[in-house]
Amino acid sequence: MPVPLGYYLGLAAIIFTVGVIGVLVRRNAIIILMSIELMLNGANLTLVAFSVHLQELSGQVFVFLVMTVAAAEAAVGLAIIVMIFRNRESVNVDNLNIMKW
Amino acid sequence: MVTAAFIIFGLAAIVSAIMVISFRNPMASAIALIVTLCSIAGLFAIMGATFVAALQVIVYAGAIMVLFLFVIMLLNLKRDEFGPEKRKIQRTLGIILGLLLVLEVGIFIQAGLGDFGPSPAGDKGSFTSITELSSLLFTKYLFAFEVTSLLLLVAIVGAVILAKKKL
Repeated sequence: MPVPLGYYLGLAAIIFTVGVIGVLVRRNAIIILMSIELMLNGANLTLVAFSVHLQELSGQVFVFLVMTVAAAEAAVGLAIIVMIFRNRESVNVDNLNIMKW
Repeated sequence: MVTAAFIIFGLAAIVSAIMVISFRNPMASAIALIVTLCSIAGLFAIMGATFVAALQVIVYAGAIMVLFLFVIMLLNLKRDEFGPEKRKIQRTLGIILGLLLVLEVGIFIQAGLGDFGPSPAGDKGSFTSITELSSLLFTKYLFAFEVTSLLLLVAIVGAVILAKKKL
């Protein structure tokens, strides 16, 4: 790798942090799901960077598994959002306080 | 050349990631997320992990984002339907905690940049072959692979049951 490993790790950490801020700040459930995808991508970038650095292919197999989990999570999450929108006419997570004490 | 590609793809990824969380319109956010995913695929490619880069474009930018766009269009969300933020404190706290995380990352980079040493296996250049990757996937990680297929089946059934009005 001509670019040092640390740069890839820093970039992945920045992307992960942007995802965290998105989850904390935004109130639109769909954008929160997109921020989760950003976080998963930051983790994937770290996995591939270490995989290439250590010349060990297991990291890339894990990226494959993470992508599958992300697909399953997106499908179920979006189905839940569709159901909530049908019941409450909104995807604002501030309106979803029915399970709050 | 590789460094220039790294800078271009990295900047594109960061800028479009920030655009994802700052647009009011969910559709614009989804388009920006596609740019982020493609930039990360480019980063995978310049690292030599070409198979993962192809998967990233096909699975993420292709399949998952189509699902997102489909749901956004299905719900017909108008831009900024929520009005002003009700909880200012939550927003400020979120941004402060996020900046704290950036600071921690900065300290980490300051301490560890280039400190990982040379690659222990030596630099063999591009080392990913689909043959090696798939033989690993179907021998050592066969169980995880099969469990993944089960997870996908559960996700399909769950999504259908959740989203269907009446079965």
